[in-house]
Amino acid sequence: MSKIYKENKPITSEKLMNEFHRYQKGSITRRHFLRVTGLGAAMTVLGTAMPSLLPRKAHAFGNLGNRLVFATWPNYHNQVNLDEFTKMTGVHLQMNAFGSNEEMLAKLQAGGTGWDVIVPTNYTITNYVNLGLIQPLDLSRLPNYDGSANDPMFAGPATVNGTVYCVPKNWGTTGFIINTKKIKSSPKSWKDFFDVTMGAGSGHTIVHDYQLTTIGAALCALGYSFNSIDPNELAEVEALLIKSKPHLFAITSDYQPGMRSGDAWMSICWNGDATQLKNDLPEMDYVIATDGGEIWTDFYAIPTGAPHLDAAYVFINYLQDPYIQAREASVHGYAPTDSRAIALQPDSLGSDPILHPAAELLNGLEFGAAQTMTDPVRAEVIARFKSA
Amino acid sequence: MLKNEDSKPNHWLTAALLMPTTMWFMFMLILPLIVILIFSFGERAAVGGYAASFTFEQYANLPSRLKAFQNTMIFATIGTLLSLFMAYPLAYYLALRVDRRYKFILLVLVIVPFWTSLLIRTYAWIFILGGRGIPLMLEWIGIEGVRLVNTPGAVLIGIVYGYLPLMVFPIFVSLEKIDKNLLEASNDLGGTPFKTFMQITLPLSMLGVATGCMLVFILLMGEFLIPAFLGGGKVFFIGNALVDLFLQSRNWPFGSAVSVTLVVIMLITVSLYMRLTMRTKTGRDESLM
Repeated sequence: MSKIYKENKPITSEKLMNEFHRYQKGSITRRHFLRVTGLGAAMTVLGTAMPSLLPRKAHAFGNLGNRLVFATWPNYHNQVNLDEFTKMTGVHLQMNAFGSNEEMLAKLQAGGTGWDVIVPTNYTITNYVNLGLIQPLDLSRLPNYDGSANDPMFAGPATVNGTVYCVPKNWGTTGFIINTKKIKSSPKSWKDFFDVTMGAGSGHTIVHDYQLTTIGAALCALGYSFNSIDPNELAEVEALLIKSKPHLFAITSDYQPGMRSGDAWMSICWNGDATQLKNDLPEMDYVIATDGGEIWTDFYAIPTGAPHLDAAYVFINYLQDPYIQAREASVHGYAPTDSRAIALQPDSLGSDPILHPAAELLNGLEFGAAQTMTDPVRAEVIARFKSA
Repeated sequence: MLKNEDSKPNHWLTAALLMPTTMWFMFMLILPLIVILIFSFGERAAVGGYAASFTFEQYANLPSRLKAFQNTMIFATIGTLLSLFMAYPLAYYLALRVDRRYKFILLVLVIVPFWTSLLIRTYAWIFILGGRGIPLMLEWIGIEGVRLVNTPGAVLIGIVYGYLPLMVFPIFVSLEKIDKNLLEASNDLGGTPFKTFMQITLPLSMLGVATGCMLVFILLMGEFLIPAFLGGGKVFFIGNALVDLFLQSRNWPFGSAVSVTLVVIMLITVSLYMRLTMRTKTGRDESLM
């Protein structure tokens, strides 16, 4: 399909994105956008493969109800896509944004969330499956999903014991962001990160309110695995974190306001936030630490007992459309896992080192492990660090 | 005869009218409290949550949250006192000084902030106190390097801002009820304004002061939003510890033990308050609670 698309590609990807932004801002109409980008013509060919692009009436999707509740992360969707979905299907979206997978798990464990779609990260999936919190996906209801277009390195965790429970959304890295106007020493590792925190950058560092990344960063700084659950290593982590606490600006996963206001000079950071920050403030620099860190994939999954199951499938299918994926990425700045969507991205994004870092930079990174999420020692270490 | 006929249906009516409240309290307060109490003797399940058990382990672990308890007590006390000192002059002005014509509109203005969620209003303070807010304005007049956000001071500002109306209203009500003839009498008998205030106005408004303080103090003991937003997660209340235990570490039994402890502290505080107000009432039969 991507081949057909490329042959029909009527304008440069750069221009496509420009038109895109104009369309997003409402400067041009959808019809004009489809015409100048050639997507209108392409759609007659691709209509069956990209049904979400076709302007259909709500009844074309059957009775989906009028509501869908989904749990996701902050700054992770393009409002244009969400609005368009509502316009096409009549399904209104109720979005809950979370700060950590642990928080999402806590809500699911407590029950009665009413969620139809969630966006879990790779390391949560086996836990969710074992706890019976998510349901297997019927891929025949997701024609836009193309398994072969997704790198197994990223899509792998979606399959548990031969059953597919999720489809991938985006992948990314967890490194740190620095304001180069304020921090001149160009830290390269998590060890540097904590040294600067307790040195020249004292009072201006943010760590996440999230055990996975904050404990993980401290573990790497001490030379251990990002995923360690060794109580002795975690005791050292607790000591390091508590020692650095007086030097921190904040413990929060909502670090963009602090970085933007100039109060914070350095923060643990997901690469999409780095793109968003760098777009507005060129002095921001994203660093993948040389001593380790996290690489991750986020997925779409449907919780057990989702009240609007049909709408959930239509929604996920819509978001799997390569064009929609590219349009999502143009706003949130995370790389799609789907090669069809990457092909649609403008070259500037496709070669962006924050979205697509050189392969050797990824070598030292680790995917979160299932036991990292549920380990009681890690949970207690972060809680004690915060209440210290 | 007539009396009997009256009391019989009344008996049933009373029961019927009390039924909804009773049921509400049973299912929404008593039952959950029992669940929390049972949970507090349990164990954290392997992946988080609750596993049945009978252990005092959770209570033994309480000292690890001592700092959060201390923080809460200190900030709740200082926050209550600051709110009181800010609220009393305002309430006094509204109740005794302001022109009748403006009283209503001014009262409404005190409530207006409640029309927007505290979450949004507190989030706004992050930007007001942040580097591009007040500190930047201070830089313009030559005061540099001021940091406001994510400090204990910022948390106190947020507390006073958020809780002021709760303090103003009880004090306002108690001041407004004061018989103005008493103030005139004091004046006629040669009392200075200061003496009048100390001997008449203040004692008669003590009930409002006590109620306001109690309202603010009790709510502050459970506060978690303001310290999380304006303290940057570095000023940690027991409410934040609870959010953490239930929403992050999923250690329900320990969270329950912390909750039970908090409830006990509250009960002690409220009973102290009851005694205090009983004494303040000195025979007058008007209570605000």
